[in-house]
Amino acid sequence: MSKVPPKQEGDPNTTGHTWDGIEEFDNPMPRWWLWTFYVTIIWGIGYTIAYPAWPLVSSATAGLLGYSTRGEVAAEIAAVEEANAGINAQLASAELTEISANPELNGYAVSAGAAVFRTWCAQCHGSGAAGFVGYPNLLDDDWLWGGDIESIHTTIAHGIRNEEDDDARYSEMPAFGEILEPEEISQVVNYVLELSGGQADAALAGPGAEVFADNCSACHGENGMGDREQGAPNLTDAIWLYGGDAQALTETVTYSRYGVMPPWTQRLSEAEIRAVALYVHQLGGGE
Amino acid sequence: MTDQAPTPSLYAAREPIFPRRVSGKFRNLKWVILAVTLGIYYLVPWIRWDRGPSLPDQAVLLDLANRRFYFFWIEIWSHEFYFVAGLLIMAGLGLFLFTSALGRVWCGYACPQTVWTDLFILVERWIEGDRNARLRLHRQAKMDARKLRLRVTKWVVWLLIAVATGGAWVFYFADAPTLFVDIFTGQAHAVAYITVAVLTATTFVFGGFMREQICIYACPWPRIQAAMMDEDTMTVAYRDWRGEPRKHSQEAKTQPMGDCIDCMACVNVCPMGIDIRDGQQLECITCALCIDACDDVMERIGKPRGLIDYIALSDEKLEREGNAPRNPWLHAFRPRTILYSALWAGVGVALVVALFMRAEIEMTVAAVRNPTFVTLSDGSIRNTYDVRLRNKNGEERLFRLFAKGDPTLRVQLEGTPYGSVPVPADTSFLQRVYVIAPPGSAPAEAERTDLRFWVEDLTNGDRAYKDSSFSGKGEAQ
Repeated sequence: MSKVPPKQEGDPNTTGHTWDGIEEFDNPMPRWWLWTFYVTIIWGIGYTIAYPAWPLVSSATAGLLGYSTRGEVAAEIAAVEEANAGINAQLASAELTEISANPELNGYAVSAGAAVFRTWCAQCHGSGAAGFVGYPNLLDDDWLWGGDIESIHTTIAHGIRNEEDDDARYSEMPAFGEILEPEEISQVVNYVLELSGGQADAALAGPGAEVFADNCSACHGENGMGDREQGAPNLTDAIWLYGGDAQALTETVTYSRYGVMPPWTQRLSEAEIRAVALYVHQLGGGE
Repeated sequence: MTDQAPTPSLYAAREPIFPRRVSGKFRNLKWVILAVTLGIYYLVPWIRWDRGPSLPDQAVLLDLANRRFYFFWIEIWSHEFYFVAGLLIMAGLGLFLFTSALGRVWCGYACPQTVWTDLFILVERWIEGDRNARLRLHRQAKMDARKLRLRVTKWVVWLLIAVATGGAWVFYFADAPTLFVDIFTGQAHAVAYITVAVLTATTFVFGGFMREQICIYACPWPRIQAAMMDEDTMTVAYRDWRGEPRKHSQEAKTQPMGDCIDCMACVNVCPMGIDIRDGQQLECITCALCIDACDDVMERIGKPRGLIDYIALSDEKLEREGNAPRNPWLHAFRPRTILYSALWAGVGVALVVALFMRAEIEMTVAAVRNPTFVTLSDGSIRNTYDVRLRNKNGEERLFRLFAKGDPTLRVQLEGTPYGSVPVPADTSFLQRVYVIAPPGSAPAEAERTDLRFWVEDLTNGDRAYKDSSFSGKGEAQ
C-alpha cells in the first residue's frame, strides 16, 4: 500500500505538471507492475524468435517454429478435405437419382454444391443462378438439354459445344441470313412471335408458317416445342435466352447463336460435379 | 523537482497487510453474504430441471455449442439475447442505485474479489494465526520447518479453493455431472482444462497475493463510482468532530481529548491497509469492518458506539453543531435513487412482459432478391423466400405454411407437394418457399404486392405471421 503524504509547501514529489492548480504527485508504481512489464519485453523478444518477425532485404526471418499463415490455411484445407473424404467418396459412388432421398448426403451435397457454384459457375450464370442474356437462368422450369438430375449432371460434366470433350452436348443452328431472304426471315420471326403469344404481324406470320415448316421444324419441332436431344429451345414458352422481341429474334435467325460451356470433368472431382448438379437441381426448376 | 530532494523510487513493492480478526454485526453480515454467494456459485450448476427427453436437464446452462441459454423454466435462444442484455442493464442500474444510496457496498460485500479474498484471509488465519502471529511469521527471516509447513499448508488450501473455483465455472457451460466425470478421467475438452487452469491461477494470485492491489490498480469501478456518489450517500466515515483530538496527538496535550483513543483497531482490521480516520479515500471498499472494530472498543471504554459509522456527508454540519443526523431513509429517497429505481423496475417489467408474450413458434421470412423474380415457361412470375421456422417445443411439430395477400398468388414448398412441413424438436428449420403469380395477374404485373406469411402449429393451432412482399415485373417489362 503506497501511503500518500499530505501535500506540503515545496513538496518535491510532484511531476511538476499543473492543471488549474492541481498538481500531480510522482508516486511510485507497484513493483509487480514493473515485473509484468519486464516479462512482456522478454515474451516479445522470444516471440520474434519463434515466429516470423524481423524484416530482411527481400524476405523476413522465418521463426524457429516454422509458422506461416499460408501454411496454416493449407493445413486447415487439408484437414477439411480429410474430414470430408468419406462423405465425398459416398457422394461420388451413390446412385445419382437416389441421393435426394438421403437427407444427410443430400444436405452435404447441396451445401458443397453451393460453394462450387459460387466459385466456378457464378461468373456466367450469376451468383443467384438467374443467368444473363445468353447464359441460361437455372431457376426456371425451362431446360435446353433436360432438367432431371442425370441430364444436369451430364451437361455439367461434359459441357456444351466445346472441343475438349467428345461427349459434350453439341448442336448448331445455321445462320439463316445466308440461306433465307430478308423477307422470309421477317415472316418466320413473326410466326415465332405468334407461337409464343407475342405481338405479331398476322400478314407476315401466315407465310412464316411455311418458312418455319421448311427450315426450322426439323430441330424445333412441327409445333415449335423444341427438342432436348438437340438442345433446340421451345419457342412457344415465355422464356428467351437471347431475347424474345422481333429485333432479337431476327438477329438470332440471321446470325444464329453458339453458346458454349466448358467440360467440368477436367477441373472438378466427380463428387464436386455431383454436388453442384444436385444444387442446381434443387434451385426451383429441377425435374 | 529540486536538487536537494531525494529522487523517489519509480516502483514500490507491495506492503503486506495483515487484517486482524474482528466480530460484529457487519462482520456477521459479510459472513452470511459470503456463504450465500459462494453457495450459489458452487451449487447452482448441480440443480436439475426436467425439460423432457431431448433437452438438457440442468437448471442453469449456457449451451454455447447449440446457442441456448437455459434458466429454470426459461429457455433463451441466441436471437433472444436481448433478455441477457436486459438483465445486464438491470444489474448496471442496480449497481448505480446501491452505490448512490450506500456507496461502495458492492465492493465491500458482494464483489467476487472481496468474497474470495475474505475466504483466503479466513484460511490464512486458521493456518497461521491472527494478525500478530502472521506478522511475526512474516518478519521471521529464516525459513525454518515451521514457517515452511505453515506456508505450504496455506498455499495448498488456497490452491484447492482456486481449483474448485475454476472447476465450478465450467459446469455452467456443460452438463455438470458428465463434465465432472470427464474432467477426472481426462476426457473433457481442452477448453475446459484451459478455463479451469486460467481461473485457478487468477483466483490463487488475486485472492492470495494481489488482493487490494486489484481494487486499487486493476479495477475501473472505484474510479467510475465516484460519479454515483454525492453528499447524501451513506458511506463509512470517521466522526472526527467527536474523535479529535485523538489520544497521543499534539493537540490532545493542550485541549480536551476526543473519543478516539488511537488504539489502531480500525487500521489493524482493514483489508485495504488504510486509516479511515484520514477521510474518504480511493482505497476504501466500505467493508465496514472498521465500524465493528471501533464499536467494540467504544463499548469497552464506555463511550457511545458509532465513532466510525455509515454517515452521509450532508449530515456533517448538523452533527458538528451537536444535532442528531437525519434518518438514513431520508437520504436514501432522493430524485437520483428514485430515478434509478424507476429505470430498474421499468426494464424489469419490460423483460417480464416480453418473456410472457413471446410465442412458442416463430418464423422469419427473407425474400430472395437475387433475382427478384423468375419467369416460368408458362409466363408465371415466381418469387422465392427463405423461411426459417423455429420450434421451441421438446417434440417434433407439423407446421402449416400459407400466405395471404392477392387471391391469385399460390404457395408451393420446396421438396414437398404438401402445404406443411415437420419441424424437429427444439430446432430452427430452413424451408424454401415459392410464391407464384399466374401470367397477366395483378401481382405478376405490379412492381410490388404486399404479402403476409402465416405459420400454424397443427398440434395446438398456435399461429405466427410475418409480412413480406411479392415482386412482379413492374417497370422491368
